[in-house]
Amino acid sequence: MSLVDELYKEVILDHYRHPRNRGTLADATLVVQGSNPLCGDEIELGLRLAGDRIEAVAFTGRGCSISQASASMMTEVIKGRTLAEAAAILETFKGVMLRNEPAERLEDLGDLEALQGVKRFPVRIKCAILAWNTLQEALTLVRERLDQG
Amino acid sequence: MLDTARIRADFPILHQVVNGRPLVYLDNAATSQKPRAVIETLVDYYSRYNANVHRGVHTLGDRATEAYEGARAKVARFINAPGPETIIFVRNTTEGLNLVAYTWGRAHLRPGDEIVTTIMEHHSNLVPWQILAREKEAVLRFVGLTPTGELDMEDFARQLTPRTRIVAVTMASNVLGTITPVAEIVRQAHAVGAITVIDAAQAAPHLPIDVQALDCDFLAFSGHKMLGPTGIGVLYGRREHLERMPPFLGGGSMIRDVQLTTATWNDPPWKFEAGTPNIADAIGLGAAVDYLSALGMENVRAHEVALTAYALAALSQVEDLVIYGPPDPQRRTGVISFNLADIHAHDVGTILDQEGIAIRAGHHCCKPLMRHLGVAATARASFYIYNTREEVDRLVAALIRAKELFGSVVGR
Repeated sequence: MSLVDELYKEVILDHYRHPRNRGTLADATLVVQGSNPLCGDEIELGLRLAGDRIEAVAFTGRGCSISQASASMMTEVIKGRTLAEAAAILETFKGVMLRNEPAERLEDLGDLEALQGVKRFPVRIKCAILAWNTLQEALTLVRERLDQG
Repeated sequence: MLDTARIRADFPILHQVVNGRPLVYLDNAATSQKPRAVIETLVDYYSRYNANVHRGVHTLGDRATEAYEGARAKVARFINAPGPETIIFVRNTTEGLNLVAYTWGRAHLRPGDEIVTTIMEHHSNLVPWQILAREKEAVLRFVGLTPTGELDMEDFARQLTPRTRIVAVTMASNVLGTITPVAEIVRQAHAVGAITVIDAAQAAPHLPIDVQALDCDFLAFSGHKMLGPTGIGVLYGRREHLERMPPFLGGGSMIRDVQLTTATWNDPPWKFEAGTPNIADAIGLGAAVDYLSALGMENVRAHEVALTAYALAALSQVEDLVIYGPPDPQRRTGVISFNLADIHAHDVGTILDQEGIAIRAGHHCCKPLMRHLGVAATARASFYIYNTREEVDRLVAALIRAKELFGSVVGR
């Protein structure tokens, strides 16, 4: 498999062409924006919470195939999870992408495994991470709100 | 026309394989490659006569000073400036433009005064004026573009008022390649009593420039886009402005005398060159100017017009490829921004890179222009003296393969 084929796996292009959970939630608990100032890629992530569970999730945005496919895959894998579970998945994904932790850790996380090829393209890692940084900000905001009671 | 094969032999970096293919370097609007003559000039300086300038009482200091001031004189001749004292060495175009904003701008602007610029400026010719306008309660006004991406000169005439103090315009767009009619812009600006600040970052490497014929007040460009080293740039300023302007940075070299609480200023250009300057890279820029002057800027321009015409024709054969900017190669530089179907520019850039082809992808530090074009980003191929038709052919072939890889993307 060529390097380009390794980056642009069919499953990634499929998420890019047919993004899952794309749109806005009318009754979102919170909406968070993220962007990569250097390349201009943008994500808007909406979460609807039921207690500490992510009942619904949706995103809009524009950017390259990697940033948008990663967002789409992320929404699939965090939907229905608790906030703590989502935070753990986030840590796992960032660990693999940024801290060189073993890619096998992505095996049980749906299509996310396909993104490991991005690691071969250091300048594109930030594309794969954008949606996850946005999620991290959302989780931080939720925690702050809970702390304030 | 240029002897491209001979020119390519002067550029060591071009002769390498990247990702399994011979390098095709089409990112010249970001930075150009360096000929051996420039590289060797740097090595020679550091190996044989490295010393501080304007201070020494020793032989190496004299030689360094002579080479540094010699480079200034070469740059002055290159843009037909009236004398070397009108040439200030700065880090890059950005610093040159900021220098004007922070000195002339701060000294002259009053609340309600107006700064006219355009919607296609690089952030470096926009943000300094935003900062100045906020500080001075001045007003920014923007000139729009025609449908083919040229400066709308009717709109320009409308934006000029008796309150206009500064007109800051690019000479050639780093996204659209558009060449602006600087001489006419300067004439109209002067008619309302405004000064003109010209961003020549994308013009000085590619077009013959005569600042006296243009009659502009200030003109800035970067060395690294015209075969020179990074970290050295040029601000040309009209002598009477430079004499009256306050200094930019304070420190060594820029003073005539210093008391404990006051100081007086050196003459231009040294008044604006505080501290030890970038001696090596200024001398390197002098070597780059020698190289370009030997080729002849008219010949450089002719080569790029021909290559751009060829590229525009070849690219227009690629299905679903949108090219931005003027269609007439005589009215633009060799900067070609495009988008391929619905494939994001960064994906195009990665796929081309895997074939050894270097282009730029992104917003090109022109976010207002991107919004005007209705895109988040563009891919950009930009040519210089060493690029060939064969390289354009490889670009076109790689774009066709990129399109095949992505197929049709819906819902973007």
